[in-house]
Amino acid sequence: MTKTKSVKEPILHLVKRSSLPGWKAWIIRALAILGGFIFICIICCAELKTSPFLIIKYMFQGAFMTKTNTNVFFRDVAILLMIALAVTPAFKMKFWNIGAEGQVLISAWACTACMFYLGGKVSNDTLIFIMLLMSLLAGIVWAVIPAIFKAIWNTNETLFTLMMNYIALQVTLYFIKVWVPTGTGSLSPLPYGNLPQIAGGDYLLSIIVSIIFTIAVFGYLKFSKHGYEISVVGESVNTARYIGISVKKVIIRTLVLSGAICGVVGFLLAGGINHMVSDTTVGGRGFTAVLVSWLAQFNPLAMVFTSGIVVFLSNGTTKVMENYGIPNAFLAEVLTGIMFLIIIGCEFFVRYRVIFNKNIFSKKQKATVSCDSNSLHEQVTVSVDEATRSDSSNEDLLDKTESVLTDDDSTLVKSDISDVKANEEVK
Amino acid sequence: MKKKALALVFAIVIVAALCVGLVACNNGSSDDEIVLPAYENIESVDYSELTIPANFKVGMICLHDNKSTYDKNFIDAMYRAIDELGLSRSQLIIKANIPEDASCTTAATQLVEAGCNVIFADSFGHEKFLVPVAKANPNVQFCHATGVSEHSSSSLPNLHNAFASIYEGRYLAGVAAGMKLNEMIKAGKFTAAEAKIGYVGAYTYAEVISGYTSFYLGAKSVCPTVKMDVQFTGSWYDYSAEKTAAETLIAGGCKLISQHADSMGAPSACEEKGVPNVAYNGSTVTSCPETFIVSSSINWTPYLKHMIAQVATGKAIKANYTGSIKDGSVILTNIGKNASAEGTVEAIVAARKKLVSGELYVFDCANFTVNGKHLTTYMADTDGDYAADTEAIFDLGDGHYVFKESYHRSAPYFDLRIDGITLKNEVM
Repeated sequence: MTKTKSVKEPILHLVKRSSLPGWKAWIIRALAILGGFIFICIICCAELKTSPFLIIKYMFQGAFMTKTNTNVFFRDVAILLMIALAVTPAFKMKFWNIGAEGQVLISAWACTACMFYLGGKVSNDTLIFIMLLMSLLAGIVWAVIPAIFKAIWNTNETLFTLMMNYIALQVTLYFIKVWVPTGTGSLSPLPYGNLPQIAGGDYLLSIIVSIIFTIAVFGYLKFSKHGYEISVVGESVNTARYIGISVKKVIIRTLVLSGAICGVVGFLLAGGINHMVSDTTVGGRGFTAVLVSWLAQFNPLAMVFTSGIVVFLSNGTTKVMENYGIPNAFLAEVLTGIMFLIIIGCEFFVRYRVIFNKNIFSKKQKATVSCDSNSLHEQVTVSVDEATRSDSSNEDLLDKTESVLTDDDSTLVKSDISDVKANEEVK
Repeated sequence: MKKKALALVFAIVIVAALCVGLVACNNGSSDDEIVLPAYENIESVDYSELTIPANFKVGMICLHDNKSTYDKNFIDAMYRAIDELGLSRSQLIIKANIPEDASCTTAATQLVEAGCNVIFADSFGHEKFLVPVAKANPNVQFCHATGVSEHSSSSLPNLHNAFASIYEGRYLAGVAAGMKLNEMIKAGKFTAAEAKIGYVGAYTYAEVISGYTSFYLGAKSVCPTVKMDVQFTGSWYDYSAEKTAAETLIAGGCKLISQHADSMGAPSACEEKGVPNVAYNGSTVTSCPETFIVSSSINWTPYLKHMIAQVATGKAIKANYTGSIKDGSVILTNIGKNASAEGTVEAIVAARKKLVSGELYVFDCANFTVNGKHLTTYMADTDGDYAADTEAIFDLGDGHYVFKESYHRSAPYFDLRIDGITLKNEVM
């Protein structure tokens, strides 16, 4: 055999997307969600042996059938949305705070402690005011401790905030034991300091508060100087330093905000909904909120929809299980998991373009056009690197940093190319 | 290409093997069991005349789902009750994984909205969160296992409690344990003075204390020298804590282990160490064939049938139902062939006859001492406020004093620390 082994060409290859308009990315995500629902219906049909339309009907029933279902749906969305809003500013700063669970729980604990110790001793209005204050304080303290360590000693914030969750849980459990020394150790709902019910239920208050916070956080991130500083620190700490932002200050300030929002959630959960605290008060929503925030690309308005989808899925699949008399959460959990996996997986297609090799079926060995464009892309980046390493002026650097801040690869490449051209002209 | 094909074949083989393996694991081995005849004179109510309307609905709130042995016991009992009364499964709505907080109130409200005539909740902590829904819906009946509110000042006419005299079942399981200890003493494995039982409990409160004391007294009735160590875990379900507790007890010289907690921790530790085990809630013979002796459990079907029948015919539910051996609520599983002593079946049947006839009392004051003294009076807490309020010891005449458990209310209230039992720790 002679050495004429043909060069193997892959059926498809991937190209990093240099630019993708926002609306296109959202179409991809919408398609993924739609595909996810179809996939879930197929699994349900196979497992439960019924029609997919029935499954969809039951899912909508679970979320909206009765007045209570609808109220619960919007209240759950409100609480989840609020926690997602709390973690978002930190995430934008690339501070991976996964301690919302603990921050909310400790605020709920602080709120309950006020109800327990001061209940009946001060007027209800004063008590509610103290509860709010203490909840905010507890949330802030729980968030700001890891922030200080991160700002001063650059500790790993992910681990730190995670650990704080467990401390919060143990503190709560310990105090429940102190408050209820005998019995199964669960606190009865406390009759003091209950938040006012709007329209005869404990639902509307959380919803109103969450709407206010969504708009506020959106405005804060989008239009305020603080919001701008957060995104600069998130993109590059060195850039932030260069343009005179105190990174330490931004980290601590942002986490104070995160903690304060978590404090409000804890206040609503303990004072408005449960009237007590237990280890299931937050129920993992502090972690789900991470997903909600990330799915929405840290956009507070988009979070309204992502948190809606998460709650809809959870309430809907639970209802499906209920209607089929399956006293087990496994299918609901599997379905929710599949859905999340598909939604997260679709981000791959937002970031990369899949190109099929059209010549795979014709036997000719010919380099494809797309391949060429790819190598061109590489060449450009290489030359950009060289250019920046050579004598680029301060102005160029500033241009570059600005283009980095726009968070858009296309402008980056374009400006890089213009940099290269400018450099060539200088030469 | 060949490699790919080969890899594919391998993958298929592995998946197929896995499927076969999983199916194979499900085979129960009934060879390891001796059948314990059920109590022969169960006073079951005749429901054959009963017609339940087709729109009748039963709601159920469970703390976990059927992965937990505790909840599975309730769910299975509910299925049996539904089937035996001729209801269809679609007349039952189960809300699983409902924690003991406001979500319980929400779940109960949703069940009321779905048209349930009667709602049953299975966990102690659910009770407080049922109260507001019960108050708002006086036409719907609420039943609650293990609860205490019926006997307290805040009782509602449509909120009912139920429990069973499980201490009788534990006493009988204790007899089986004592037989095993006697057999091991006879075989020369240890002396009579060394006979010691280890007990893994969840918390140091009446439900558990009543359980281990009755178990101990059952064992003592056949093996008079027996002692007992109790280790608490502070959780109703914690596999590793229960396993560690069992191992600690075995290392401390315990020759037999029993437990009052919901995981497989203690039975697994026993199977590993080859120490006989008396289980709770259900048989562990499939996973622990060498060490399983017997298990006592509560069969909730009689109560659930009573509850459904009474509501369907518009009659009142017994406010404080205490199931017993007589009505089939307190049962024992079959007996493990490999671990149990000879004659265990006969001993259990004999003791059961005496318990039912009233010849034998589990908490007979003649059979136990507190600080070296036989008691003649004890004020127990029966309204759930953890303060003594009611006399629980009765004089049957001729100086024969007995502690009447589950007499004032269905949930247990025996919380005496009797001699012969050492608490290694306390977790309230």
